[in-house]
Order: sequence, then structure tokens, then C-alpha cells
Amino acid sequence: METLAEPLKVHGVDVVKDTLIPRLAVDGVTIDYVTPRQRVRATQSVSFDVLPADRFVLLGPSGCGKSTLLKAVAGFLKPAAGEIRLDGESIRGPGPDRLVVFQDFEQLMPWKSVLQNVTFPLRIARRLDRREAIERALLTLEKVGLRQFADAHPHTLSGGMKQRVAIARALAMEPKILLMDEPFAALDALTRRRMQEELLALCDQTSSTLLFVTHSIEEAQIVGNRVLLLSPHPGRVRAELDCSGDTLKSLGSPATQERGQRIHRLLFETPI
Amino acid sequence: MMQNSGRATSREDRYFELAPVDERELIHPRSILQRLWDSAAIRKGMILLVLVVLWEILARYQDNPLMLPSAVDTARALGAGMLDGSLPSKVANSLSVLIKGYALGALGALALTALAVSTRLGRDLLGTLTSMFSPLPAIALLPLALLWFGLGEGSLIFVLIHSVLWAMAVNIHAGFLSVSETLKMAGRNYGLRGLRYVFLLLIPAALPSILSGLKIGWAFAWRTLIAAELVFGASSGGGGLGWYIFQNRNELYTDNVFAGLAVVILIGLLAENLVFESLEKMTVRRWGMQNPG
Repeated sequence: METLAEPLKVHGVDVVKDTLIPRLAVDGVTIDYVTPRQRVRATQSVSFDVLPADRFVLLGPSGCGKSTLLKAVAGFLKPAAGEIRLDGESIRGPGPDRLVVFQDFEQLMPWKSVLQNVTFPLRIARRLDRREAIERALLTLEKVGLRQFADAHPHTLSGGMKQRVAIARALAMEPKILLMDEPFAALDALTRRRMQEELLALCDQTSSTLLFVTHSIEEAQIVGNRVLLLSPHPGRVRAELDCSGDTLKSLGSPATQERGQRIHRLLFETPI
Repeated sequence: MMQNSGRATSREDRYFELAPVDERELIHPRSILQRLWDSAAIRKGMILLVLVVLWEILARYQDNPLMLPSAVDTARALGAGMLDGSLPSKVANSLSVLIKGYALGALGALALTALAVSTRLGRDLLGTLTSMFSPLPAIALLPLALLWFGLGEGSLIFVLIHSVLWAMAVNIHAGFLSVSETLKMAGRNYGLRGLRYVFLLLIPAALPSILSGLKIGWAFAWRTLIAAELVFGASSGGGGLGWYIFQNRNELYTDNVFAGLAVVILIGLLAENLVFESLEKMTVRRWGMQNPG
């Protein structure tokens, strides 16, 4: 990969770049987190590649370091070993080319209206002028069905609507990769199902690249076309599966159920 | 009939036809009295009225205007003081000193806390300084201030800054610390850093605590100013309200003393209910960061 990066940059051929270099390369990444008394290993030598337009899911029980991995990709944490590359360039610190949708509803700024929440990063990071930012924000809000709530403040919205705003805010920025940290975990089951449907539709429309963290096998199968299974303590790659055949409609089908059970076994059977 | 097998009894499925509902039936207006009672201004006005009536009754019962002038006498003295211009000039003097000291103290508190959230050493500095100086009454510093800045506005402003700074810094810092980790990460995600991070993210996110710090600082400042003026106020161009109260007590114009106190209280009420209340309404309450009490 490293050797390829050089000549590609010289020629600047995007088509080749898109097909050969993964959008995101996680390469032997080990992450420790530091408590006052000790350093604890969260993930160990995790490697995977996310290709453009992938919906890549990190799946594992709590304690497998999947959220930690996502935070490292976002740039909030520095790996103790290994490297994370976005379009061939090593990641240093947080940046607006990798926007995060958190689980927490508190990610929206309560002092800004829905519209202002979406325009804020556009103005700050993309340096769009006011009119352009508003135009694009309204367009994205339209996509998530919240245009008529543009002037509302976040505290007046339901949990599902808040997450939609957070997704719109991230999508409007057209990041190279969209990072989602259990974005629907705090929602009720009915809303969650609707949000999954909408997210898939949005991904189809915008062909965004997605890195999605969840602890629900079903959600991983529905949302992801590619699922990475992580074992707990420390997080290591157990398997990488193709789940593009599993959709909301195929949930009852034998193939999907069989894959679900296989994932379940891989995650919960005592590792070799 | 009930079966005693301990197993759930199976029953038939049931379906209901839902008749259309008249929307108007769902909303009922509330009476004017109920809505009036919802207004905090009206409830607070009632409380004030009751207190004034109690005061009037007590004063009439005592019947000793030298010790306790009645509400009516006080109002009369207040009116006279306002009309002959003696009170307004004192109020203006006090307020101008107050606002200078308050603003400087607030700026200092903001600077100290900005330092405290950006570096560990800054945090230790703030912690140490506040625990050293916060318990120190401003009045105790007055003799020192007089020595350093002489008899005048300088000394008053010095003690005002001291009284405002620490209380506000503690509050603002607590506010910065309580900003949710997710929100901070969201801000950093957009590449916010340094001063822009403080002004565009931390300050609005901590606004509830900052406002409560400003409120506490305002009360501390008033207290300190009046007390300091009681000790020496005549020096700075005719003196302020504290001096007015002190002078009138010496001459046993108790109704004027009460008028002066009433003005202090009224200004406090106005600041609280007009300035801070509207600030809160426009900001933290509109944003759902604070519930209307």
C-alpha cells in the first residue's frame, strides 16, 4: 500500500486511487487507554480496510474496543502501535473529513436551532458563506425529513429526530467517511428500525462511506455490507464477513438467519 | 371461567373501529385567573405587596418612627429624596463604581477560567487562588486598599474586583467542567481549537453556570460596595448609597435610612428580575438548558 501511494499521487488518477487504495486503512492498530493506575489494552493489532461506498460495521460485545477504534479513526485517541490512514494519509487528530455521529443526544448544540446546528460545521470547517451553508443545510434536512423543524431548538425534538439532525449535520459536510458510534442504541425499537431504513436509503442516495459501530447482530447485518467481528478483552479481529445479502427484507430468510447464528457463535463461543 | 391449571387462558383477538375525533374536543382553554397566576411577575408582586403590608402593620403597632418608620413614611422620604436629586446622584455614583468593578471582576474570572480549562497548571492556579482568597471578606482588604490606592474610587474598585472575581471564577469553571464530553468531541471534530473552541463551544455550553456566576457576583458586588461606602464613602465625589445611609443614620433621619435601603433592595430586584431574568429567557431557557423554575 505504502509503495502504491507514491506514484498514484504523482499521476493524480482518481479512478485508480478509488479502486486500489482503501478509503480507510486500519493497519495493525493497538490502542491502550490510560487509567491513573495502569495502561489497559483495548484493542490489539486490528487491521481492516474500508473501501469507498462501503457500509463497514464493527460488531462485538461491550469491552471489545469497537468504540475505542472508532474514536481513534476520528482522531480523538492515538494508537499505541499501528497506523490509521485515510485515503493513504496518516491520521493526526480530529478533523472534519471524518465526522462522527455519537450515540448521545447531547452532541447537538442546544443553543443553536436545528438549521444552525447543521450550518455551523459548514461555516466553521468548510468555510461556506452564509447563503450557501443554509441552502445546503436545508437540502440535507429535507433528505432526513426535518425541513419543517429547521427553526426548532434541539430540546423540543424527540430522540429520533435529534439523531436525524446529527446525521444530517454530518452528511451535509460530505465527509470522506461517516463514523457512527451506536447512533441508534438510545432509541426505542420502533424508531430504531425506521432510522435503519432511512440510513440505508440515505447511503444509497449519497453513496457515502460508512463506519458503523454496534453491539446488535441484527443491526450489523442490516446496516453493513461488510461486518468485522471483534473479540473482547482485548479487541482482536475474529472474522470479517460479507453481509451485503442481509437486508431489512431478508430478515426472516434462512440465509440471513443462518448468518446471524454463525455470527452469534463466533462472538460467544469461547475463543480457540 | 378461570382455569386452575396455572397457565394463561387463551382469549379471542379483538378489534375496534375508531370513530373520528373532533379536534376541538381535545383542547380546553384555561381561565384568565389561572393564566395570571402562571406569571411569575404577578406572584412575586403579590409577595412584595404582602411584605409591605406586614411592615406597615408592624410599624403602626410599634408607633416609633425613629426606630421603625412605616412603609408610607419611607415611601414619602424616598419620593422627596428622588425629587430633590440627592438620591439619584448617590445611586448614579454607586452604580458607576459598581459596574466598573463588576465588569473588571467578570473579565478577570473569565480569563482565569479560560486558563484553567486549557492547562493543568492553570487549573491548579485557579484552585489555589480561590481557596486562598474566596473566604477573605472584601471589607478586610479595605484598609490595605486604602493604603495602596488612597481614598477614592480605586480602592472601591479593588475590593469590588476581589469580591466578584473568586465566586464567579468558581462558578464559571464548574460550568466549563460540566460541559458534556460528547459536545466537546463534536466541537473538536469540526476542528475547533484554542480561543474559537472557548468562545464558540465552551462558553455557550456552560452558559447556565456562567449566568448563575454573574448573578452571584452581582449580589456580592452590591454587598461589598454598600459596606465599603459605609466605612468611607464621602471621599469619592459626594459618595454613594452606602454613604447616604450612613450619613442619615448619624442624623437620625431613620426614614431616609430606610429609603436608602429600599433603593438598594429595589435595584437588586430590578437587576435580578429584569436583566438576569430576560438574559435567561433569551438564552438558556429558550435552549432548554434550564427549566423555568
